[in-house]
Amino acid sequence: MSQITFQGDLRLGARALISGLDVTIPTQGWTALLGASGLGKTSLARLIAGLPTPARLDGFIPPDPMTIGLMSQDGQLLPWATALDNVTIGARLAGKPPDPARARELLSRVGLAGRENTRPAALSAGQRQRVALARVLYDDRAIIVLDEPFSALDVLTRQRMQDLAAKLLKGRTVILITHDPAEAVRLAERAYVLHERGATPVALPPEIPPRDATNPETLTAQAALLQRLASASEASIPA
Amino acid sequence: MTNRLFRTVLTLLTVLALWQALVTLAEIPRFILPGPLDVAEALWSNRAILAENTAFSALNLAQGLALGLVLGIETALLLALSDRARRALRPVLVFAQAVPVFALAPVLTLWLGFGALSKIVMVALVTYFPIASALFDGLMRLPQPLEDLARQSGASRWRSLIYLRLPNAKPAFFSGLRLAVTYAPLAIIIGEWVGASKGLGHLMLLANGRGQTPLMFASLIVLAIFSLALWLAVDALARREDRSLS
Repeated sequence: MSQITFQGDLRLGARALISGLDVTIPTQGWTALLGASGLGKTSLARLIAGLPTPARLDGFIPPDPMTIGLMSQDGQLLPWATALDNVTIGARLAGKPPDPARARELLSRVGLAGRENTRPAALSAGQRQRVALARVLYDDRAIIVLDEPFSALDVLTRQRMQDLAAKLLKGRTVILITHDPAEAVRLAERAYVLHERGATPVALPPEIPPRDATNPETLTAQAALLQRLASASEASIPA
Repeated sequence: MTNRLFRTVLTLLTVLALWQALVTLAEIPRFILPGPLDVAEALWSNRAILAENTAFSALNLAQGLALGLVLGIETALLLALSDRARRALRPVLVFAQAVPVFALAPVLTLWLGFGALSKIVMVALVTYFPIASALFDGLMRLPQPLEDLARQSGASRWRSLIYLRLPNAKPAFFSGLRLAVTYAPLAIIIGEWVGASKGLGHLMLLANGRGQTPLMFASLIVLAIFSLALWLAVDALARREDRSLS
């Protein structure tokens, strides 16, 4: 499987959201795309995943949608189905017979052993994202796109989920789309800061992800990234 | 729960007491407005014919409802699955819904006679539109994240219907069913008023014609209880389905 590249302008109609993109997502490992809210990050995620969106990226040929596993902030859980059925729904929609034993094992790995028959309404936000993660693992696609999956969670739950995702998706090709510098620094091997005039690659600490949140190196990198992000969005606000 | 029941019963008894008081004190003749005691007496002494006619009407209602359900569900599914069917049938549905069904009662009686068939068809007509339209609406309104899920999974239209659209449409379907069940008893009664030889509506008209107002009131009360029971049954079913979401 070859790497994903996007170059050119991300447009919404005639307006360019991000111009001069030049991003290469290598296979294996986590790449973070860090950008402020409203920039068009979710449009980018949808383009990569082959979902309908009014945004366009010049010359971008999206990979086969069946090779992409998308985990969004929403989780896309079926409210009427149990956790177990929610894990297998992707496969069932594709016409494949479900493997409940495997689904159970994955639910256990995300820490939801014993909750297989619970419905989403009875689960906490963090638990619902765990189900979504278990589904991503069940579908076992080659490329995983995480579109701000943990932004709606409280800080502690977010950290726990980040660690869990880092552990379970280790070694896969993961595109992490986020607005949180801390998240990018903790989890990614490579990162780009997205802004209106392109994508700037940034250096990350040498520690192997998931990086220790209390490590001074991590905190310094986080601060630098935050500054980069702030100045990038300031520059695009008209004087 | 029991507190609410107690209050309902209390309200009911108060209304009955006031009604009886009004009739007694104002000395209203029985054939104009019978008091609750007279109505209760009529209910009891006519219980056999009331039961028989209610059963007849209820049976026709059930058949009409079943027919309306089957046709309504089929229509909704067809429209959801086929773009062509949608384009062709949608304007027809909108136009047909504009025609007041109750105004068709005389025509139906003319075509289908005084018997059960005209009533069954009336109920079917009156229940068909709310069910078809509500279910179709529910099937089409799949939340965006679930539409995305269908696309991400490469789901066929059929599988998306079975696994996503149908379960998602259940609340909408029940809204339609609740509405249908509100109109169905009306359809039966009006159909029987226009022309019938049997049934609760027919009995009401007969009693009225003979000046047997207590019996007419008794029929009315039976009708009200029946309609309420039907509505509550559907509501309970809908609520049970709702609870399966949590």
